[in-house]
Amino acid sequence: MSVSTPKERHGGTSQPEAGGGTSPEKLLAPVLSAFWDEPESWTLETYRRHEGYEGLRKALAMTPDEVIAYVKDSGLRGRGGAGFPTGMKWQFIPQGDGKPHYLVVNADESEPGTCKDIPLLFANPHSLVEGMIIACYAIRSEHAFIYLRGETVPVLRRLHEAVREAYAAGYLGKDIGGSGRNLDITVHAGAGAYICGEETALLDSLEGRRGQPRLRPPFPAVEGLYACPTVVNNVESIASVPAILNKGKDWFKAMGTEKSPGFTLYSLSGHVAGPGQYEAPLGITLRQLLDMSGGMRPGHRLKFWTPGGSSTPMFTDEHLDVPLDYEGVGAAGSMLGTKALQCFDETTCVVRAVTRWTEFYAHESCGKCTPCREGTYWLVQLLRDIEAGKGVMSDLDKLNDIADNINGKSFCALGDGAASPIFSSLKYFRAEYEQHITGKGCPFDPRKSTLWADTEVNA
Amino acid sequence: MTANPTGQGVSLGMPQLPAPDFPADVRARLEADAAEVIARYPDSRSALLPLLHLTQSEEGHVSRTGIRFCAEVLGLTTAEVTAVATFYTMYRRKPSGDYQVGVCTNTLCAVMGGDAIFDELKQHLGVGNNETTPDGKVTLEHIECNAACDYAPVVMVNWEFFDNQTPESAKALVDDLLAGRPVEPTRGAPLCTYKETARILAGFPDEREGAVAASGGAGPASLIGLRIARGESPHAPVVHPRGEARGETTTEGGE
Repeated sequence: MSVSTPKERHGGTSQPEAGGGTSPEKLLAPVLSAFWDEPESWTLETYRRHEGYEGLRKALAMTPDEVIAYVKDSGLRGRGGAGFPTGMKWQFIPQGDGKPHYLVVNADESEPGTCKDIPLLFANPHSLVEGMIIACYAIRSEHAFIYLRGETVPVLRRLHEAVREAYAAGYLGKDIGGSGRNLDITVHAGAGAYICGEETALLDSLEGRRGQPRLRPPFPAVEGLYACPTVVNNVESIASVPAILNKGKDWFKAMGTEKSPGFTLYSLSGHVAGPGQYEAPLGITLRQLLDMSGGMRPGHRLKFWTPGGSSTPMFTDEHLDVPLDYEGVGAAGSMLGTKALQCFDETTCVVRAVTRWTEFYAHESCGKCTPCREGTYWLVQLLRDIEAGKGVMSDLDKLNDIADNINGKSFCALGDGAASPIFSSLKYFRAEYEQHITGKGCPFDPRKSTLWADTEVNA
Repeated sequence: MTANPTGQGVSLGMPQLPAPDFPADVRARLEADAAEVIARYPDSRSALLPLLHLTQSEEGHVSRTGIRFCAEVLGLTTAEVTAVATFYTMYRRKPSGDYQVGVCTNTLCAVMGGDAIFDELKQHLGVGNNETTPDGKVTLEHIECNAACDYAPVVMVNWEFFDNQTPESAKALVDDLLAGRPVEPTRGAPLCTYKETARILAGFPDEREGAVAASGGAGPASLIGLRIARGESPHAPVVHPRGEARGETTTEGGE
């Protein structure tokens, strides 16, 4: 494998040198975000100036099976949370079965803390369109869908425009690039439901139904949209494909780690000095990201954070040097998820944070599975009581018990996600829960956590 | 259905009469639009979510008439359409304002100030969650995470982004909406009404000149990593008005 030598170049990502030793330029790797600061970054013209649609040209010179094998060899893993190898998903599509095949892009970005696909699509929608054309060529699909959450109209406008431009330029429609292949892309706006980010609920929703998860098997690769073979991929996964085809799988594998190769978008948010998007090889640490971006807001320290959205068990300042790749985060007891690094400082009440997330899960539970529907309801009741100073000590074990009765006992991962903040916050901050109970109230002042708190003090 | 224990019985009398249809001219116009939407999908039922957005573009909410229309156009029962319409939070079930003001109160935005903004807006407007000002201009609601956490606290108006809000900026925003002054989001196009927004959601591109390009490329937080990677502005003072102590950590600046 040619991975060893070039990897050393990016070796800094896996060496927790307490930050300062490596310059940020070497730790970051803007690929999808490389030209977001161009004045009209979203246009086809800008995209082409940055080697746009070159990956497609190279893909069309290969056979579809070669494209699948190439993406599989690159080691690209799903960027929507689960980290399943993208090329393998494509390979699961049965060929020669006489049924239509579909590609559905999951742009329903709704996991609390997650904010990568929306800015990506706002600034660079053609990377997705090109990736979709390549994916459809590979899996032999003539109709693809972008399921965008409806609450982001500015992104919807740019997707409408990007797809229109792609048709006008002959990348979509009939006989793409003289390949004899046809492809239509439909941009579909959802209507507000977190659960539709779950791939089978998304398919039900795209079929015009309530978004409720399906029992698997059959998996979407066999019976997906309209019971036909379907690939469901996250936006960032598909948008990463053109660069892999264009610059080569070895270039891609030279970044990140052996099992988690490549670049990805990390989204830093919360009480940090520099919230925003950081595109870096997989395996960078939160300490490195904070060091290069100015750390926590002045005068405060990190208390807890999520590695990949609220559904991934929370971490504390003990975990600053955990490599943010699939294996590293997993080994430390959480999941890489969507790489949504929500950072909270010492002014934040953990009970308040977890209560709010739990209210979210209760609101968004689709109601199909009893443990999730009923369990999230009861979790909210207990948490509200504790936060209001009306809890009793036995509530803490009850919280754990209810979370345990949700976790792994529902069709989809929403229930597991609801249990994560409960388990992890009780593990690291049980004393804070007890403080709410013994002190009969919340010891924190929410005003101190706000964006404007410190400016008010100094004013 | 049984009477409830408080004694206020549920009427078991005549079932509700079927919803009235749209006026013929409206119906003809919507049918033409619906045909265009349905043609985008291999199976007509897939058009249901866009068609519900379409009925909102006509009436501002999903009425029984809108449900009947979707059912008839797609060959579904009104029960099937109602089941879907009530599942998704973006479908408004009663007449509401021209401007849907949503304050994110999911954990991160709430902690960063979303709770305070929502409370102040409730007082300022004199309405509660999911209620509309008497002039029919503004409907206030709290919303869940809208994928803009790096711009927290976030307020959405008709699903355009208003980033890094404070109680003061949010009150000024709704005052502008109430006074009919033009309002431009941080990211997105100059505001149109809720009905006009719903038409875009139904899949009809925004035809206004400059709407796609409005507010420019990526927002400042989206660019922070790129700038640092290039050796520009390590702490990106473009992001927040948070930074009097920003100079304290001196990493190598500039080139």
